[in-house]
Amino acid sequence: MELDDLSRSRGEWLRGGGPESDIVISSRIRLARNLADYPFISRASEQDRSQIEASLKECVFGLQEASQLLYVDIEELDGVDRQFLVERQLISREHAESQGVRAVAIDHREKFSLMINEEDHLRIQVMQSGLDLQVAWDRVDEIDDLIEQKVTYACHERLGYLTACPTNVGTGMRVSVMLHLPALVITRQIDKAFRAMQKISLAVRGLYGEGSQAMGDFYQISNQVTLGRSEQQLISQVGDVVPQIIAWERKAREFLITESHENLHDRVSRAYGILRNAQTISSEETMHLLSSVRMGVNLGLIQDLEIPTVNELFIQTQPAHLQKLSGTELDTADRNIERARFLRRHLNKEKDTNGAENN
Amino acid sequence: MRCQKCDKPATFHITELTGGKPQELHLCEEHAREYLTQSGDEPSSTGGMAAALAHQIAQQMAVGQTAEELEKLDQQTCPVCGITFYEFRSQGRLGCPHDYVCFQKQLDPLIYSIHGEAEHAGKAPKRCPGGSEKRTELIRLRREMKEAVAAEQYERASELRDRIHRIEKEEEA
Repeated sequence: MELDDLSRSRGEWLRGGGPESDIVISSRIRLARNLADYPFISRASEQDRSQIEASLKECVFGLQEASQLLYVDIEELDGVDRQFLVERQLISREHAESQGVRAVAIDHREKFSLMINEEDHLRIQVMQSGLDLQVAWDRVDEIDDLIEQKVTYACHERLGYLTACPTNVGTGMRVSVMLHLPALVITRQIDKAFRAMQKISLAVRGLYGEGSQAMGDFYQISNQVTLGRSEQQLISQVGDVVPQIIAWERKAREFLITESHENLHDRVSRAYGILRNAQTISSEETMHLLSSVRMGVNLGLIQDLEIPTVNELFIQTQPAHLQKLSGTELDTADRNIERARFLRRHLNKEKDTNGAENN
Repeated sequence: MRCQKCDKPATFHITELTGGKPQELHLCEEHAREYLTQSGDEPSSTGGMAAALAHQIAQQMAVGQTAEELEKLDQQTCPVCGITFYEFRSQGRLGCPHDYVCFQKQLDPLIYSIHGEAEHAGKAPKRCPGGSEKRTELIRLRREMKEAVAAEQYERASELRDRIHRIEKEEEA
């Protein structure tokens, strides 16, 4: 399997299926693990890193048939390809930007990815479309067991799995659910929702994790504590609060539909109109407008568009995706033109077949 | 004692840990506030978990310790990976699994303040029920071997290599 094959496929978390998928984009669980007989990454020599990579690589190929696995040496990739993997949420920004021997193994349907030599020796990540934490846990638990058959993890009698940063010690587990919450943003209730979550020690982040802005009204909710609670307890800590937020978002959407139907319909239609006609458009504006369109589709205000298509446009209009799809490196100005062209092409399919489009 | 910046009595005694060496400051209320609001922005501006963590450790350490004691603490070194406590608290990343054992006194309160718990309650690793301490030996031996090679002590290096092989074999069996 090749990296370019990914750009043509959709990937699990963009599938737009699964429970509550009008609001919940994806459920993710990641486990942080380290090998017992090597120093953590900050003290690992190049030789240590190579040996860690070699032994984990062997484990990874024991997980699945090689034809269904994409194994990527991050050091060998150019900037666009690294950014491409970050945009698809298959690797972290830290993994893309750091130095030294490191890799990622990706399942062909993008249901899991394993980062090798990131902050910890191994980060196992499982993604599931919609709200489906239990399925994600079963899978990540299974992968963890399979790998452990071949290596010895660093652990401590009292503290459990040991990690490079004490914030991850214990289970090494981060449970996160990505939500699309445009109505809570419009009705200005989003801050209130966040404060409530922070009170029960859950973290809220933007689309691309730590420090990223909430582009396109996407928010990730995850646990902060990793020690002293079992994996099932951590799953319910996040999983139990999500239905509540979904209910808030639904209520806010209902309110907008009944109390300011014209305004809402206008907002959605204008967003759709701009995306279908713009000649140059930034990534930020695209995310912002696609967010309105996505809500419009879910509320039946736009009928000639499917949610998976919208989900996909969020990712494919990101800088690296755009450059990969067009096959050349582009500067910001050219990207904005290419992005507008791409959006027109995908949102005006009907017109296309009639030959009415004239660029 | 007088404030270091004016003639008022010093009522705030601050130990600054963000530089290379811990530094004591004695300030009046006004200058202390000025100083603290200035440096208080740092963790968020440098961004990320590591910086926030470093800040938390520094705050926790500063309670009831003199600069001298802190400096001693900072120089503590892990015998396995060679990281100093200062390196850990400035980067927010530990050097090897053994750090959890040798820096336990400093780490335990930190871990408790992060998680509100002191003991793991979930899935347990199957291969090393008693903890992985024995295996950290390999980390130390490999490091010593590398140092021996660098110092051209080849005899010692080959001795170490044999010991490493022996432990690896034992583990496999």
